[in-house]
Amino acid sequence: MEKVLTKNIQPDLPYVDVKAYEATGGYQGLRKALGMTPAEVVEVVKQSNLRGRGGAGFPTGMKWSFVPMGADAPRPKYLVANADEMEPGTFKDRLLMEGDPHQLVEGMAVAAYAIQADVAYIFLRGEYLFSAERLRRAIAEAYENHYLGKNILGSGYSLEMYIHLSAGRYMCGEETGLLNALEGKRANPRTKPPYPQVSGLFGKPTIVQNVETLCNVPHIVKNGADWFKSLSYTQDGGTKIYGASGKVKRPGLWELPMGTTIREILEVHAGGMQDGVRFRGLLPGGASTDFLVEEHLDVKMDFTEVAKVGSRMGTGTMIILDNQTCPVGMVRNLEHFFAQESCGWCTPCWSGLNWAEKALTALEEGQGQPADLEHLSFICNLCAPGNTFCALAPGAVEPLQSALKYFREDFDRHIAEKRCPWSSQ
Amino acid sequence: MTKVYVDNRPFEVRPDQCMLQACLTLGFDLPYFCWHPALGSVGACRQCAVKQYKDENDKKGRIVMSCMTPVAEGLRISIHDPEVVAFRAAIIEGLMESHPHDCPVCDEGGECHLQDMTVMTGHNYRRYRFNKRTFRNQDLGPFVNHEMNRCIQCYRCVRYYREYAGGRDLKEFSMRNQVYFGRYEDGTLENEFAGNLVEICPTGVFTDKTLKRHYTRKWDLQFAPSICVHCGLGCNTSPGERYGSLRRIVNRYHGELNGYFLCDRGRFSYEFVNSERRVRQPLLRQDNGLRPTSKAAVLDRLKSILAFGKVLGIGSPRASLEANFALRALVGAERFFAGTAPAEQRLTSLMLQILREGPARTPSLHEIELSDAVLILGEDVTQTAPRMALALRQSVRQQTFQIAEKLKIPLWLDHAVREAVQEEKGPLFIAAPYVTRLDDVARETYRAAPQEIARLGFAVAHALDGSAPEVAGLSEELRNLAGRVAQALRDAKRPLVVSGPSLNSESVIYAAANVASALCRAGKPAGLSFTTPECNSVGLNLMGARPLAEAMEAAQKGEVEALVILENDLYRRAPRQQVDALLKGAKHVIVLDSLLTPTASQAEIVLPAGTFAESDGTLVNNEGRAQRFFQVFVPQGDIRESWRWLREMMIAAGRREAAALETLDHVDEALAQALPALAAVTKAAPSASFREAGAKIPRAPHRYSGRTAMHANINVSEPKPPDDPDSPLSFSMEGYPDQPPSPLIPFFWSPAWNSIQAVNKFQEEIAGPLRGGDPGVRLIEPTPGSEANGAYRGAPPEAFSVREEERFFVPLYHIFGSEELSQQAPAVAELIPKPYIAIATEDAARLQLKEGDEAEVRLNGSTQRLAIRLREEMPKGLAGLPVGLPGVETVELPAWGKITRV
Repeated sequence: MEKVLTKNIQPDLPYVDVKAYEATGGYQGLRKALGMTPAEVVEVVKQSNLRGRGGAGFPTGMKWSFVPMGADAPRPKYLVANADEMEPGTFKDRLLMEGDPHQLVEGMAVAAYAIQADVAYIFLRGEYLFSAERLRRAIAEAYENHYLGKNILGSGYSLEMYIHLSAGRYMCGEETGLLNALEGKRANPRTKPPYPQVSGLFGKPTIVQNVETLCNVPHIVKNGADWFKSLSYTQDGGTKIYGASGKVKRPGLWELPMGTTIREILEVHAGGMQDGVRFRGLLPGGASTDFLVEEHLDVKMDFTEVAKVGSRMGTGTMIILDNQTCPVGMVRNLEHFFAQESCGWCTPCWSGLNWAEKALTALEEGQGQPADLEHLSFICNLCAPGNTFCALAPGAVEPLQSALKYFREDFDRHIAEKRCPWSSQ
Repeated sequence: MTKVYVDNRPFEVRPDQCMLQACLTLGFDLPYFCWHPALGSVGACRQCAVKQYKDENDKKGRIVMSCMTPVAEGLRISIHDPEVVAFRAAIIEGLMESHPHDCPVCDEGGECHLQDMTVMTGHNYRRYRFNKRTFRNQDLGPFVNHEMNRCIQCYRCVRYYREYAGGRDLKEFSMRNQVYFGRYEDGTLENEFAGNLVEICPTGVFTDKTLKRHYTRKWDLQFAPSICVHCGLGCNTSPGERYGSLRRIVNRYHGELNGYFLCDRGRFSYEFVNSERRVRQPLLRQDNGLRPTSKAAVLDRLKSILAFGKVLGIGSPRASLEANFALRALVGAERFFAGTAPAEQRLTSLMLQILREGPARTPSLHEIELSDAVLILGEDVTQTAPRMALALRQSVRQQTFQIAEKLKIPLWLDHAVREAVQEEKGPLFIAAPYVTRLDDVARETYRAAPQEIARLGFAVAHALDGSAPEVAGLSEELRNLAGRVAQALRDAKRPLVVSGPSLNSESVIYAAANVASALCRAGKPAGLSFTTPECNSVGLNLMGARPLAEAMEAAQKGEVEALVILENDLYRRAPRQQVDALLKGAKHVIVLDSLLTPTASQAEIVLPAGTFAESDGTLVNNEGRAQRFFQVFVPQGDIRESWRWLREMMIAAGRREAAALETLDHVDEALAQALPALAAVTKAAPSASFREAGAKIPRAPHRYSGRTAMHANINVSEPKPPDDPDSPLSFSMEGYPDQPPSPLIPFFWSPAWNSIQAVNKFQEEIAGPLRGGDPGVRLIEPTPGSEANGAYRGAPPEAFSVREEERFFVPLYHIFGSEELSQQAPAVAELIPKPYIAIATEDAARLQLKEGDEAEVRLNGSTQRLAIRLREEMPKGLAGLPVGLPGVETVELPAWGKITRV
């Protein structure tokens, strides 16, 4: 299988400098893009069926096409790499930034060229200090080699690139919360519409794009849309970095064709469950996706197929639940995270997730009541998409609502036994 | 208009609004929290959810927030769909998760928007059984009480305080269900409009701390429609009373004036009415002291004094038209003097002449908000006409709305607009001798002596129109600035010039008028707004009165038998020696006032005058709007309206015609007849004979409790409610149960709407005029046709030049401290600065003075010792003396004076 995004990445993560990157075809995508019109770059990305790898899967080329272009367009325009990888269980962007930072720099330069952005920011998770160090080095090298800065490679196009280290909140990963944070404000989400493509960072046209998405871009430009689509098993183009964590034999990340089945990822690449533990379910793409269970193992991991069975591919990095772990405890842990990370703006989110956390804690502590389960379902409905201001709460209740569906008997046992059946007593 | 369907019924609504506002205008009860008509939509609380349908065949629909949904042709929504009804109940249940349910001990209880909305959504049973989150509260100063446990995280407070009012020291902290709305640390809220938090907060987080000292529920208060007496803007207020003491003031919405907001001086100064310094009985000088006496005895004494003739009357800019008119009637027009500083009277006359001649029209506060380019000449508006500063702060947004419009963002979508606009601001230019509280939103500030401020104004007018007088010897810097100002004003759609008498400079006023005239000549509908110092400065001036100085001359010549001083402390008007001479020059000094002022203390007779809360009358604001205020309660003892005392004096003096002036309407009719300029005052409000459905308008809410028992300690028989011959309002909860005409609204209440947001039900459209039109009648409009011959006025003054030995003293104003009556309110008194003089840091170094040093100031014949305050921004050669501050002598300013180190 052809490795695209991870071809330069070695297990011990040596730094891939600009020469090493160029040696495997690096910056060829940017060179080619600069010879095309911005509209042509947008078109090839559109044709490639590249969809956003941050979790929502929005078609990338279409997103770019909403940016006002031409002489009348407001200036400056911005491109922002969303490198605030705070989704629990997700660590794929980190690998890309640590292992091959130039790939992101090139991807951003191409994307920025496509929308004629003047400034690019990498909004980086505050704890990713190693990524920051590598990206700084890569950006400096890119400037030295005229891949960034004024008049890039003599094309007349100029781009400045900066790294911004986040002060650290889950909300900063939401694209408009990120923009507020980047402006130095509270990371509350913004009203949409207007979308950032029209009124984004500092009120100017802005594209916010996940790291993995951007890393795909130079390859698409260099090799064409058809090549990119051919990498995939399904309609959604390209490869995907899948991951697994939990009690599997070999937790990790693998770049595989888009649409690889869950079973293959779990059993072949992750090596199956550890000896003595049984598989019970998984969150396919980070904490804010619905549980899938045994019957879903043959589902292809892409945006469309996973949605058909009531979950989302999300970031594609799975968290595996086994029979030795309490599902209620796992969900309580997640809801604690989401309740804590609620920005406190809209009522369903701040009040609902708090209530959910409290009720799940009560269940875990043997204080649960049947009415708590009813209310947990109630909160899941309350936080449905459209009812809240942003996607945090709808995502937050996905593991909860699906756990109530698939592991209902475990919840009931907590109430009946007045304790957590997995607790040591 | 746009057609929308609400629960399948068609309605025509204005297109430039959200569905929530449209639904409220249509009269639907749709609950909301984070939305406010003055703040727009942000979609935080999710309380105003409705169902939206694609078309008439769509039966399922989807839940949307009505505050985030623009009105659109054919839009179909449902308020009553069971699913969305359940959703709204779930939202309020969430909001109430950690709410302490302490309504019985909460000051907001009974007028709480959260209570109203909770009842409206039908949430009545608490299911949340876990620990609530709790907070530590802060001391926010003398005005606003803080109780964070009640918070429902609607964000209205910080949106109002920071985004609308420009405050910086209130912020949201932390996250999840633990967002804390407070200051970084305990301390007095810095913003001059912080008191509005009391009304902005939908529950009891921010409540009126002054009310707490004498707490009464809204339903137990007796109200009346009133007008603020603490500056010249005439904001409408609703004061509440119980047991003979005034308990609080809340905003009384006026679409053209104060809108939803008051300044803190207007809201928290009411306690002067309850002051220990009140005169409650007639006082007569006996044995070298003022002793209480009976009304009969004092009238008897007055009879003999008034019999001799040669009675001069000194009117007051803080007394009603009726009181001033009654005094004028008592003494005769030729012996009626204006109780104002000479410069103030001269300048007020000049301003009114300019406004009457035109061509520029004086705008309302609402129109000021809508101005899109503003030049302020010589006013620190926040200190002299505070509510105008809040309006001006909104005006800088006007031009920036173009950015949002270009992006097709509806202007009510508040945060989206602000995110698109970022730090962009429309043009506001401020020329003043010192830093003002609007500088943070000004495009440019110019700090200079009054002469230079006037020269800038003249230069702007000349830049706009070459035929306006040219300024000789203009520096290049000033010429360029004038050019930029002129350009911004010329490019605007609704330019505005703001000025006033604060610097006591005719040139500044001429300059402002000329800029406005030049704009009008260029075809711009320019506004010209002058501040006026007191609540009836304009009214007194329109009445026509001789200057105070002439009364002083007459007294010196021994021509004054008796001096009748109406609601006026003359020591605030003229230097001490002059006032002493005047008072000593008259054989008899009679003072009518509510407070025992330094002037009243010198009198032979003091008559207890009613404050605004104990009187009815009419005031004319800076815009020339005559507005009626009504008596809130019947005072104990002999306190009565000044005009009633004056009528009694006339009768005592044998003036039989005075007998006919029995009621306020009689006085107004006589006034209208005698003074054509004021003829319209009778239209300011319905007369006393007005009835709705045959009934009077009740001053008290229908739930007013304890009337039968509240005087039981005196007499177990319930007394008859007092009569009110002066207004169509009753001192009772009985009367017409529905909405009265707008000038007669004592308080806002509507079924299911107990909080002040009941005002929704009183407006023709939300945030628009009150039903039947906003109260008051404008007396001043530019004379038609005067535009053609509206010549430029005045001439540019000489440039200011610094003197070696002397400093040029300009007046400084303080929102808390410069106004007389508010000084007597304990909460305001806490914020009054200590007496001081301000000098430029540069000059201080030369005089070897530093902050806090005591210095001697010789100024216009007076010598005072005051502490030094350094003002970094003050231009060299200038100094400032605070006006009206306790401990600072009255001096005519501006003037050259000398500062020496002590």
